[in-house]
Amino acid sequence: MSDLLETQSERLLEAVRGLLAQKGIASPSEISERIAITDRASPGQGARMVAKAWTDPAYRALMLADGAKAAEAIGIPMRGMPPLGVLENTPELHNLVVCTLCSCYPRAVLGYPPFWYKSAAYRARAVRDPRTMLAEEWQTVIPAEVKLRVVDSTADYRWMVLPLRPAGTDGWSEDRLAAIVREGDMIGVTIPTV
Amino acid sequence: MTLAPGSAVRVRLDWPETRGPVHIRTPWYLRGARGTVVRHLGDFPNPEDLAFARPAERRALYHVLFDQDAIWREDHPGDELLVELYEHWLEPA
Amino acid sequence: MRFHPPRGMRYAPGMDNDELPRAHHDLGGVPKFLCEPVDVEPHALTDFDKEVDAIRQILGAKQVMSVDELRRGIEAIPEAEYHRLSYYRRWIRSITDNLLRKGVITEAELRAALGSP
Repeated sequence: MSDLLETQSERLLEAVRGLLAQKGIASPSEISERIAITDRASPGQGARMVAKAWTDPAYRALMLADGAKAAEAIGIPMRGMPPLGVLENTPELHNLVVCTLCSCYPRAVLGYPPFWYKSAAYRARAVRDPRTMLAEEWQTVIPAEVKLRVVDSTADYRWMVLPLRPAGTDGWSEDRLAAIVREGDMIGVTIPTV
Repeated sequence: MTLAPGSAVRVRLDWPETRGPVHIRTPWYLRGARGTVVRHLGDFPNPEDLAFARPAERRALYHVLFDQDAIWREDHPGDELLVELYEHWLEPA
Repeated sequence: MRFHPPRGMRYAPGMDNDELPRAHHDLGGVPKFLCEPVDVEPHALTDFDKEVDAIRQILGAKQVMSVDELRRGIEAIPEAEYHRLSYYRRWIRSITDNLLRKGVITEAELRAALGSP
């Protein structure tokens, strides 16, 4: 069996695709449909949640209590998805999410995990020298007086960060706020700025 | 088992990796570490069994907080690690 | 970067004791990656990546294979291969391993589907 598993990946995929279709488990059209659905999840969705939480205290409370309900409340499909926890950054606390064991990521609201999130370097360093890593790789400097909390996503939840609303955004609309929130802001490697 | 928020716990000092093929969700770096329960996140089927398609009992999952410098003492005192851990990996400290 | 040796204890959490077995996917704090830069550039997924991802989702939704089984299969890939293979190449290998293991497909069927190299 092990020799079969060492088959070149593209050939393995082609063979498995054929067998799954033959057995009625996954047809090519089901696969295309699933790809299309998955492509619809993107950091823009998480950014909409963040922007709404910045402008609507009731929504913010809902988001911190139950991320999945908050996602559903703005039309993000969460059925069959793992529970979503939201980690609130404050002036005293900065959250950083990593999955040291694999690559658990809040895909429902951020889309596919980025390359760096899945890398051995990120997974090794985020729990051990997070401040150095953030400064070296993202030029994100967490002030010494701010506590850094690294959240290792090891089990059934998925975690996203609710970043701090940057100064200079008073009176901005939700859309305008959402446009400044990036993928990394919702994992904690970067901080939204204007 | 229900651990109240604030309970002092210790992660079991165990290496199931030595006893054959396993799938565990308790990182190596936390074995034996002392932490504090933040909250009970819910009960979930034990992934150690799910991974082998065995019947999986539901187990309590906790969010547990650790001092970063009690584990590595090299980045910044006061920083923290927050990790999801199943009840069978925790013992009272 | 500064790395202090562990205090004078036989074992302390987080210490780098090579004698304690550590699974190669269990990467938190592993010394050999601590000086490795993080590649923060965007890497677009390929059609191969997306198809493998979609197949995994379908197998999960139809309860053919759980995400935990996927992970077990990934963790079973020998260390050198694990680090050599891209993310979704690990996945297709684990998916195939699980389908064979569970009898969803047989070795003979897979050999036939692969044809001659």
